[in-house]
Amino acid sequence: MGPLAPYEIISENTNFLLAFFIGIAFGWVLESSGFSSSRKLAGIFYGYDTVVLKVFFTGAITAMLGLLFMSLFGWIDLDLVYVNPTYLTSAIIGGVVMGAGFIMGGFCPGTSFCGAAIGKIDAMVFVGGLFIGVYGFAFTYPWWEKMYMAKYLGEPKVSEKLGMSDGLFGLLLIIVALGMFIVAEWAEKKWPREEY
Amino acid sequence: MSKNTTTERSRRYLNPYLGGVLLGLVLLAANFVSGRGLGASGAVKSVVATTIEAVDKDAASTMPFMAEYAESHSGSPMRSWLVFQMLGVIVGGFLSGAVAGRLKLKVEHSPKITSRRRLIFALMGGILFGFGSQIGRGCTSGSALSGMAVLSMGGFITMMAIFGTAFALAYFFRRNWI
Repeated sequence: MGPLAPYEIISENTNFLLAFFIGIAFGWVLESSGFSSSRKLAGIFYGYDTVVLKVFFTGAITAMLGLLFMSLFGWIDLDLVYVNPTYLTSAIIGGVVMGAGFIMGGFCPGTSFCGAAIGKIDAMVFVGGLFIGVYGFAFTYPWWEKMYMAKYLGEPKVSEKLGMSDGLFGLLLIIVALGMFIVAEWAEKKWPREEY
Repeated sequence: MSKNTTTERSRRYLNPYLGGVLLGLVLLAANFVSGRGLGASGAVKSVVATTIEAVDKDAASTMPFMAEYAESHSGSPMRSWLVFQMLGVIVGGFLSGAVAGRLKLKVEHSPKITSRRRLIFALMGGILFGFGSQIGRGCTSGSALSGMAVLSMGGFITMMAIFGTAFALAYFFRRNWI
């Protein structure tokens, strides 16, 4: 019965060791999917390479379905699985700032570490920027605190808010994702780019 | 583009849908083991919290950012799930690159721009992403991807804000990429 660490089936140290191995798998999948390349990542925003969309949504849906089925079979207690809290204002503002960083820098934090690991100097500079950004936030936190804490809605699930079951929402998400994949395949043919 | 390069490209990288399923299984494993999803910016935050404390313990004790951090993490900030996970990411990324023959020290950029321009934008992008990840309580991994898997409303909102903004601004930065 999972999750293992919250149920104290495994010790804290085992949990950390498993974190390291899960990280290896995470880094391996990101790198081998091409996420160590900023030009591949940024391709989604111009249509020439939509690998981000395909990997990201397939990943989110796979994990979502996995959790729903494991819960159904009684293999995992979803009440003990962390659901990110929703602070409406900061979720939007943070996302907007991150989006600007994405289109300028061509990486997100996880992918920049992957790029840096295989020797991409632009990724290493991006990682340096991440640290500057987090220090900047730490030292100016009092200025943002009010906005950071505003519009706290608890830990709502999007399915609850829309008044449908988790399963139905999951099905709709899959249909939306399939639609986006069709558009993505079409876009890659319409706006091809030479390989470098 | 010749047929040859297309074949080579598909050999070089995983099929994206297969990559997605594998990513989903990794995320599922993270949830099954630790009860939480994956993350990246959280590890940066741990390092930042550790260094602030090491440099000036007194100043750190008065910083609300550190207090907020301490509330969610007991013990040393480096004894954190995400720190061990990110160390793994670096190893995993390196191993994948090594197997595929992609280990190379270089600045990757469009032929239309200079390395210098690429690095300046990479730095600015990193600063914004780091800053934004703190406002949004997590980045693409921790907030958007992991949040979506557990159907968190905040996760979906942050995901849409990230991709929506990047799409909206893509026109202004097109010279860097196409």
